[in-house]
Order: sequence, then structure tokens, then C-alpha cells
Amino acid sequence: MNRQIIKLFGLIVALFAVLVGFTSYWSVFDAKALKEKNANTRPLFEQQQIKRGRILAADGTVIARSLPKGHGAGLRYVRHYPQGSLYGHPIGYSFVEQGDSEFEQFHNDELVGEESELGSILDQLGGGTKEGNDVVTNLDPAAQRVALEDLESAGFGAVVAIEPQSGRVLAMASNAPYDPNRIPYELSKLNANETETPLFNRATQGQYPPGSTFKVVTAAAGLDSGTITPETTIDAPGSLEVEGAPLNNDFEQSFGPISLDTALTFSVNTWFAQLGEQVGEQTLFEYMDRFGFNSRPAIDLPEDQVYKSGVYDYGEEKLLGPGDPVDVARVAIGQERLTVTPLQMAEVAAAVANKGKLMKPQIWSRVVEPDGHVAKTMEPSEYSQPISAETAEELTTAMEGVVSAGTGTNAAISSVPVAGKTGTAETPSETCGGSSEANQAWFIGFAPADEPKIAIAATVECTPQFGNDVAAPIFRDVAETVLAGE
Amino acid sequence: MTARNRELMALVPVAVLLTAGFAAVFAQDHAQLDNASLIYGAYFLAICLATHAYLRIRLPHADPYLFPLVSLLTAFGLVMVYRIDATLARDQANWFVLGLVLFALTIHFLRDYDVLERYRYTIAAVGLLLLLAPRLPGIGQQVNGAYLGVKLGPLAFQPAEFSKICIVVFLASYLREHREVLIVGARRVLGVTIPPLKHLGPMLVVWGASMFMLVFIRDLGSSLMFFAAFLALIYVATGRLSFVVIGMAMFLLGAWFFASTVPHVHDRVEVWLNPYEHAKGSGYQILQSIFAQADGGLFGKGFGQALITIPGTHAALLPAAQTDTIYALIVNELGLFGACAVVLIYLLIAARGFKIALLADDGFSKLLATGLTAVFAIQAFVIIGGVTRVIPLTGVTLPFISYGGSSIVANFVLLALLLLISDRARREAEVP
Repeated sequence: MNRQIIKLFGLIVALFAVLVGFTSYWSVFDAKALKEKNANTRPLFEQQQIKRGRILAADGTVIARSLPKGHGAGLRYVRHYPQGSLYGHPIGYSFVEQGDSEFEQFHNDELVGEESELGSILDQLGGGTKEGNDVVTNLDPAAQRVALEDLESAGFGAVVAIEPQSGRVLAMASNAPYDPNRIPYELSKLNANETETPLFNRATQGQYPPGSTFKVVTAAAGLDSGTITPETTIDAPGSLEVEGAPLNNDFEQSFGPISLDTALTFSVNTWFAQLGEQVGEQTLFEYMDRFGFNSRPAIDLPEDQVYKSGVYDYGEEKLLGPGDPVDVARVAIGQERLTVTPLQMAEVAAAVANKGKLMKPQIWSRVVEPDGHVAKTMEPSEYSQPISAETAEELTTAMEGVVSAGTGTNAAISSVPVAGKTGTAETPSETCGGSSEANQAWFIGFAPADEPKIAIAATVECTPQFGNDVAAPIFRDVAETVLAGE
Repeated sequence: MTARNRELMALVPVAVLLTAGFAAVFAQDHAQLDNASLIYGAYFLAICLATHAYLRIRLPHADPYLFPLVSLLTAFGLVMVYRIDATLARDQANWFVLGLVLFALTIHFLRDYDVLERYRYTIAAVGLLLLLAPRLPGIGQQVNGAYLGVKLGPLAFQPAEFSKICIVVFLASYLREHREVLIVGARRVLGVTIPPLKHLGPMLVVWGASMFMLVFIRDLGSSLMFFAAFLALIYVATGRLSFVVIGMAMFLLGAWFFASTVPHVHDRVEVWLNPYEHAKGSGYQILQSIFAQADGGLFGKGFGQALITIPGTHAALLPAAQTDTIYALIVNELGLFGACAVVLIYLLIAARGFKIALLADDGFSKLLATGLTAVFAIQAFVIIGGVTRVIPLTGVTLPFISYGGSSIVANFVLLALLLLISDRARREAEVP
């Protein structure tokens, strides 16, 4: 019988080998696929058990924190946003059932605390529970508050404020706002709200006609490419015939031969249209690219929540390039099919303010581990140098004229020189719910003009007012707040 | 080194493992170490040492590794159950002590275990009666659609655990006597070797009992386990693979017939094949079991770290974690490596069991050791295989690890029998 016993043992060994094989398959080889199965709710529950790190404003104000619910094995954490709707944009939200968005989504790895197979063994030995890192932002609570409050009294729109030398985003506000604490209860309601679109971050996703603010880009291209100098004069009639249609100044006012300073101060359409034609489509597109148009801004927000700016063909659903048939004269004055995000226009202002250097805009400032150790710090990095320092200086002078003597006087701050540019683009009345006086009002600029501390883009959609009336005051309030806090 | 000294040495790592395991669970639960874990470890070690001392006196020649291996499983089970629920672990510890008492009594009274042969028909009848018991009105209990339990006043137990020992004893004894006739009397019909029908009667009774369990008690797991042990014994006794093939065909035929006619059996098989189509209902347990394993990875999440209930509720995320699916929890917390260690311990126990069968001198001892070892190993296979979706998931316990008094006590009796056989075999081998 011994031979049979040995064979029987062989069979048992084989059966147990099958068990080890199946266990390996489930626990290791097929584990990733199993974790992604819809029926598998385990990853969600496990996420809930991690104490996600806090998100803090630059001054330490807590923007988001995770609060414990239950205890023992039932312990889970729920995100809480003590500041309510103030930081709904750009911080976003993070909930197990509803998912996450914006800053919360982009910085998820840091907030959760990175996990590695080795790390989890060490955790086990230490018996510690997993805890995420805090992420400190550059957001300035005072500036953020002023930006949002001003917007709420002005209308739907957005404000982006950037420190030009570092790219630090000090404020990013979008009206209508939303309170992230309400997401678990009314996500679908917020999603369905198509008049206010509160979940839509207008600062990075709003695609607006830039109007005359784009003349800063046209001027930069003209000066930097050597097409003109600050002294070059171009004759600016009240009206021009371009591509078979008239292109007018306001009230068809004729200016005669003028140079850049006057043209920018009074936002002379016929002057910039001719400059655009002189610069040429190829060169204008090249300078747009240098300023970051036609690419996603390199900000720390999820790619799908940051839109590109450029000449957008809605029929083809694509951004047009230098080879495409484009009315360059109208692009030069911010018309045609040009759409921009407020973030992009803030980057234009910031680049001019920073001697022609565009820094990557960043919301985060540093990552702090639970024990207080700083794990990572944001190092300012250059995105591009769209124009020379000299061009930037010449442009700054012209932009100062806008605020001191031209179309943007409401942006002036007492005893601080301000450089800027207004914009008022007509929007199709159907985008504004049929209102006939539908303007996209803009102001972009920086202050102090001689030693810039802050560059801002402010825009209000569907307003009967002009950039100087409704957007310039927002610029002024936010800039004053930032400068007062220095 | 003598056998008993080797046993003593082997118990040391068991105590260390138990203490470390409790310490890990404590650290997780209380965020600090508690000397209670040391006290538990010390108690466990003391009980093991007492048992060891008893074995020293009564069975000095018995296999030195079986008891430490079983202690290792028990320690492991205690820590796992403790991690699920401290109250359950206290019950489990009590049963462990009760199991050892029965272990000692078995060794005391069955020193001359040949006596079992004399009562084999009585034992077989008791075994079958035990199987029937859960269907008897008044004492039977139904759990998850299966009639597995019996309740006599305050005492509840699962008779199948004890029944398996009775049936194995009967088969070993019967086959010892009839194996010659079974071999010699076999005829070839159409190229297939058929055992003589005259001597097949009792075998058919066992087959019938398995089918009975399948249908009336609805205990698929035990049915599979019984029948596999039966085939294993037939094979070892006769050396005829054809008998095994015929037996297997009969079982599969019966199983197929009932799977297509009895809804309960049909459901189990359907869920096994297509769990995702029943993800929220009958497939929930097997799917959660697999998801729990996926969560473990190579090294697992660590003692006390896995999710058993849905956080914030008492709803089970891993149903029956302390019994049926405890293996999935082991994979979840200790990873593939921990699970392999557990499978390896079962394999080592099987190896020692078959070694005893090889050493044993007489036919009854050989067959009894083989049968007990086979039924034990197959039980481990049936439940681990169920949890890992090798076979349909059934409600069989994982021997010495799962929570459950009947399982622990019955398996200690099984261990006692193996050690009795071993003691005699090795004593005879040492004195030529």
C-alpha cells in the first residue's frame, strides 16, 4: 500500500499547488484588474480610511481638512472645507462617492501620501496608520476674498492674480461660486445648473473673447519682432475696410499718424489692425505661442480642467494655426474667433511685468509631512521668455498711459503707478440669455508698474458696462489688497 | 535528540509567533502595546507545554512535528479570530482547551485503538446518524440554506465534523478486511475493472451518504470531502485506479444530476461559474473574498489592517470572515507569502500523516492514518479551493484556524488518533 500512499501524497501536493496558484493569481497577477471592477467597493472604503492631508492658504488658514467619523475599524474620514465657497475654485473637492476635482485632484498623491509596497511593510512594522501630507498654497485669503466679493457684485466672471517673478497664484476666483461642503448632497443639482454653472472654473475654463486686452500681445509682437519701435507712427483713420467689412474705432474717431503710446492709451482699433497686418499672421501666432496660447497653461490643475487659448474654430472644434485662413487684422484687436481664458491673460500681464519672462503659474507652495518636515517646496520656473526685457519696458510705459490718461483710469491706485489694458468685447446675445447689451468686460495689468508685485486679469461676462467701469475696479481692489499685505 | 525534545523545541517558535501576532493586533487596535498580548502568549505556551508533558508520558515515540504544526495553526487561528472579534477569540480559546481535553481522553482510552475495529458497524451507524441529525425536527438547524448544525439545549455543534472521523474509521476497518477480495474478485467488463458487487454494498452506503448530504443536508463541502476521502482509501487499499475512476464517475453523475434538479446545488455551481452576474446577491461572498485577496498583494496589509465590515456600519464586507472566508482574510492581511505559509503548514501536516501511514505495520493502522490524513488535507483543500474559486464555495471550516468549536474539537480527536498510530508504529520501528 505504501506506493499508493506516496502517490496519494503526490496528488495532495498537486492540489495544494493549485491553491497556491489561484491565490497568486487573485492576490498578485490579477489584483490590479480586480481593484478596478465596479463590484469592488473596497478601494473606495480604503481611501476613506486615509487621513488626507490639509490644504492651507499662504498664511496658514485651513482651506480643506479631513474630519474623522466613527472609530475602530469603522473609522473613516470626510473632507471638510471650513472656508465654504471662498476656495471652491480653484481647490475643488474630494469625496469618496463623488470623486475629486481641481487642486484636490491634481495634488492627490501628496495629499494621500505616496504608497509603495516597501512603504506599506514599514507601516505594518510601525503599526502606524496612513496619513497624507499637508499642501500649503500661495493663495492669499484677503486677495481671494476681495476678488470673489467684487465679482459677486459685478456679475459672472473670473479673477486671476499672479506674482510675476515667481508665478505664484495669489488669487483665483470664479463667480458663480459653490460650497464644496455641499457636493455630497447636491452634486447633480450643481451640475444641472446651466445658467450659473457653479462647478465650472471660469478662471481656467472660461473661453472668452479678449477684446482690446489682446492688443498687448499684438504690441509685444510688433515691438519685439522689430516691426515697429515706440516712435513708429501709423496713420489711424476712423474706419478701415478689412476683408470686405468695415473695421471701426469707437465713434469712428480718426487719430491720424500716432505712435504706440497713444494708440494703446486710447485703444485705437484701426492702428492695431494695421500693426497686425504688418507683423503678419506667422509672427503674431509665434508670439501667441510664446505667451502660452495654443497650449495648456502649466498650472497645477488637472489637464482636462484647464483650457487652451487661441483662435478657435467651433465648426472644426480645433485651434487654428498660422497656415489656416485667419483675419489677422481682427485677431490683432482681439476679435475674429479668438477666445482666451482669464488665466492666459493674467500670464500675459505677468510676463510683461517680469521683464518679459513668463513663469509657470503655480497654486501650491510646499508639501509638509505630518511631522512638520517640509517634503517639497515649489521652485519658481520659467515657462518662456516671450519678449525681451527692453520690449517689456517699452510696453509697460504704454500700458501706464492707459491707466493714467486713457481708457483704464478706474484701475489707478493712489501713489502707485499702475500699468494695464482694458477690453470690452461684444458677445453674441444668445450666450448671455438674449440680453442686447452683452459685453465681455476685461482688465489686465500689474502694479506697481516700476516694481511689479502683482499681475492680474479680471473679467466679467454679459455685462452692459465697459472694462473700465466693471473690471478695472476689481483689478484695483485686488491689487490694493495684495500691496497692502506686503 | 529524542522525538519529544524535538517537539519541545518546535513549540518555541509557535509561542513567539502567537505573542507577536497578538502584539500586532493590539498595536493596531489600541495604538499602543499592551502586556495582555504577553499574557495570552504565556497562557497558550503553558497549555502547549502541559500537552507536551502529557505526550511525553503517554506517547513518547509519537511523531514530534504534528503537535507543534497543529499548535502553529491554532495560534494563527486564535490571532486571526481575535483580530475579528475579541469575544469570539475567547470562545475559540475555550474550545482549544476543550479540544485538548478530548485529545487527552482519546489518547487515554484508545491506547489500544484496535478496539475500534470491533465496533466498526456501530461507529458507521453513529457517523450516519450524526449526518442525519441536522434534519431531525427539534434539534436541527439551518444555516445559509444548509443543514449543518445541531442544537441540544445549550450545546450546538456541527455533526459532520465528528461524522468524518467515524466514517474514516469504518472505511479503514472494512477495507482492511475486504481489500483482498476486492482485488481478487474484480472482473473485467468491457475493458473496465469492476469490483465484486457482493463486497461493494457498504461502499455504496458511503456513496449514498454523500449524495444524501448533497441533497438533504445541502452540505456540498462535506459531501465532497467525504467522497474524496472514500476514493483515496479505496485507492490505497486496492491499488486499483479504475475503482477510483468508477467512483469519481458515480459522484460526478450524481452531482450533475442533483445540480440540474436541486435548486440549492444548482445555485452554488452557477455562482461559482458566473459570480459577477450575482454580484449583489449570492455572488457577493465569493467576489468579496476574491477582492479581499486582491487587496493583499505579495505582503498583505498587516495584522488588523484589512476591512471586514463596511466602514461606519456593521454590514459585512467580507461575509463569514471568521469561518468560511478566513483564508481570504489571511491573504488580505498577510499577503501571498502568509497564505503560502498556511498552505505549507497543511502540506507538512499531510506529509507527517502519510509518513505515519508508511511506517505503520498493520493494514488497519495504515488505512486509518491514510484516511484521517486525507480527510484533513481534503477539508483544507475544499475550503481554500472554495475561497479561491477553484471549486464552488461551501461552508466547510479551515481546520484549526476557522472559528468553531466542533471543528477544533473534532480535529484534535483526529490528531490524537494519528499520534496513537504513530506512537505504536515508531515504537515497533525502534525496537527491532
